[in-house]
Amino acid sequence: MSGSRPMAEPDDTGRFGEFGGRFVPESLMPACLELEAAFTRAWADPAFHAEYEDLLRTYGGRPSPLTEAKNLSARLGVRVLLKREELNHTGSHKINNVIGQALLTRHMGKQRVIAETGAGQHGVATATAAAYFGLDCTVYMGEVDTQRQELNVFRMELLGAEVIPVTSGSRTLKDAINEALRDWVASVETTHYCIGSVMGPHPYPWMVRELQRIVGEEARAQCDDLLGGVPDYVVACVGGGSNAAGIFAGFDDTPAKLVGVQPEGGAAIGHGQPGVVHGHRSMLLQDEFGQVAEAHSISAGLDYPGVGPEHSYLAQIGRATYPWVNDDEVLEAFQLLSRTEGIIPALESAHAIAWVVREAGRALPAGSTVLVNLSGRGDKDVAQVREILARTTAR
Amino acid sequence: MRIEAALRAARDSGRKLLVPYLTGGLSDDWVASLLAVAAAGADAVEIGIPFSDPVMDGPVIQAASSAALDRGATPVSILDDVSGADCDVPLVVMTYANIVHRAGARRFAGSLAAAGIDGAIIPDLPLEEQEPWAPAAADAGIENIMLVAPVTPDDRLARIVEQSRGWVYAVGLMGVTGERITLAASAGVLGRRVKAMTDKPVLIGVGISTPEQAVEAAASCDGVIVGSALVRILLDGGGPEAAAAFVGSLRSALDEAY
Ligand SMILES: Cc1ncc(COP(=O)(O)O)c(C=O)c1O
Repeated sequence: MSGSRPMAEPDDTGRFGEFGGRFVPESLMPACLELEAAFTRAWADPAFHAEYEDLLRTYGGRPSPLTEAKNLSARLGVRVLLKREELNHTGSHKINNVIGQALLTRHMGKQRVIAETGAGQHGVATATAAAYFGLDCTVYMGEVDTQRQELNVFRMELLGAEVIPVTSGSRTLKDAINEALRDWVASVETTHYCIGSVMGPHPYPWMVRELQRIVGEEARAQCDDLLGGVPDYVVACVGGGSNAAGIFAGFDDTPAKLVGVQPEGGAAIGHGQPGVVHGHRSMLLQDEFGQVAEAHSISAGLDYPGVGPEHSYLAQIGRATYPWVNDDEVLEAFQLLSRTEGIIPALESAHAIAWVVREAGRALPAGSTVLVNLSGRGDKDVAQVREILARTTAR
Repeated sequence: MRIEAALRAARDSGRKLLVPYLTGGLSDDWVASLLAVAAAGADAVEIGIPFSDPVMDGPVIQAASSAALDRGATPVSILDDVSGADCDVPLVVMTYANIVHRAGARRFAGSLAAAGIDGAIIPDLPLEEQEPWAPAAADAGIENIMLVAPVTPDDRLARIVEQSRGWVYAVGLMGVTGERITLAASAGVLGRRVKAMTDKPVLIGVGISTPEQAVEAAASCDGVIVGSALVRILLDGGGPEAAAAFVGSLRSALDEAY
């Protein structure tokens, strides 16, 4: 590891400690090496940063505000600050990553992007950037998720993307990634795979974290203004872990405790063992022979049996912890934030809120200051939640 | 060096090499199919150990993999099935990195050797991720067959060819396994590039599904690997005889042409 911060650059094999790497077929290796070179060059180039940051400001709506959740704080006895990534264009943190990768796609002279999506937020963000930059776009989405997130399918199509429902395996995010990789093996000479989280072969986990670190850097400055220091806790939900990595990256060198909240049915850190899938080595839900298990979560965006390799590393060295919450706690938090603060969170982000609600006065001592990454807005989830609530009240 | 020695000997006798692939644990009589294709003119046979997330495989081998897993096939059950079989051509397994990783490289290599397997193909372990698998395989006497692709540049190609054991697996097209109507132009180009670089046996696989395509591809290299077309026959309910008849048709087409 270079540098002394816990979230430093990976080593030259793309590893954070023992996690990461490049486990892809030879057909994809030249593209991974090309992308690593392109990103390394771009990320050292002030002109690239200027273009990226300018787009995030003038098109993406950055900076996102920091909101003090006063009503929720009064209720919980801890001071809750919300980093409002849900106010970004397209409704989540995903746009930060996608704008960066779309710029790189152009730098590499490629004309087409592909993406996987769970909740549809990354697919919508990719389709948006593709429309803006004039790129062809294909999005793979598990069939179960195209049903849970019907409106996002239509949004992607409106934006000019082709959405391909994936019918293999568990028909969720993991299978969408498989299908995107199969497309990429055949199309890699003209196509960039815009991975939506801090996962995949090197350089993706590092690159996506870097493209999301703007969340943490803004929040650090905003906390400094508001608190004159850093919060006691920084909390984010974890699917692959990009919104968590982004906000953690602003605080890894501070005393703030970093907490990544997993769904109970997809808690790779805690219930999994080290495994190799989707291009990296990380904690993974799997059976004794190495067959990947299916995750189960109310939120399509967290319905994933693995986790980004850097999170496995941060857990191993003890820099971050990764508890989990269950679907009922998430539904409660979804409604609670809506009623107390007038903010409807994405079901994914509601996991982070749910942990704070459950642990206030317990793991989270009364009076502590907690920064929560509100990674996305809940508009996409209201139909699903209405249905679930109707079913539970009828019972 | 059983595989490389056997393939060199066959090649040097003027014969084009033929390696069929089938999915392990696909049916109760899968070992009978294995023995039948071996006897029908194969120079080695590839046994797929199914993985839940086979990203290098197209629809046919995906379907066979999930069918085998649904039947309860595991790496252990497949190797148990094979170790009783008396097969006189070399056997190779093809599986994914997590199956190796979960068992541990040394334990996995040892279990292959104990079951009488001679080699292994792990497509998601590129040159950069050969440790700890390659040395573990070598120590257990397992030949580690590596893949090259149409996009592999010359300097990488040279390093992979140098490290590959058994044969060099040239992936004939940019894409996943599966049947194609015509042979990709990339197959011949890559076959010739690799042949110009090494005396090791060079086989082209992926996208070869008919006797005509086998003959065409073999012109640029030492032989071919045929997977999806055979697996489709087995998936459609064809047994050992149907499998052997298909492999026999590939064998005679190659023998007639060369
Ligand atoms: C709003 C929101 N938050 C979080 C996630 C999970 O992704 P990650 O863990 O990479 O932030 C998603 C994914 O779909 C999402 O839409």
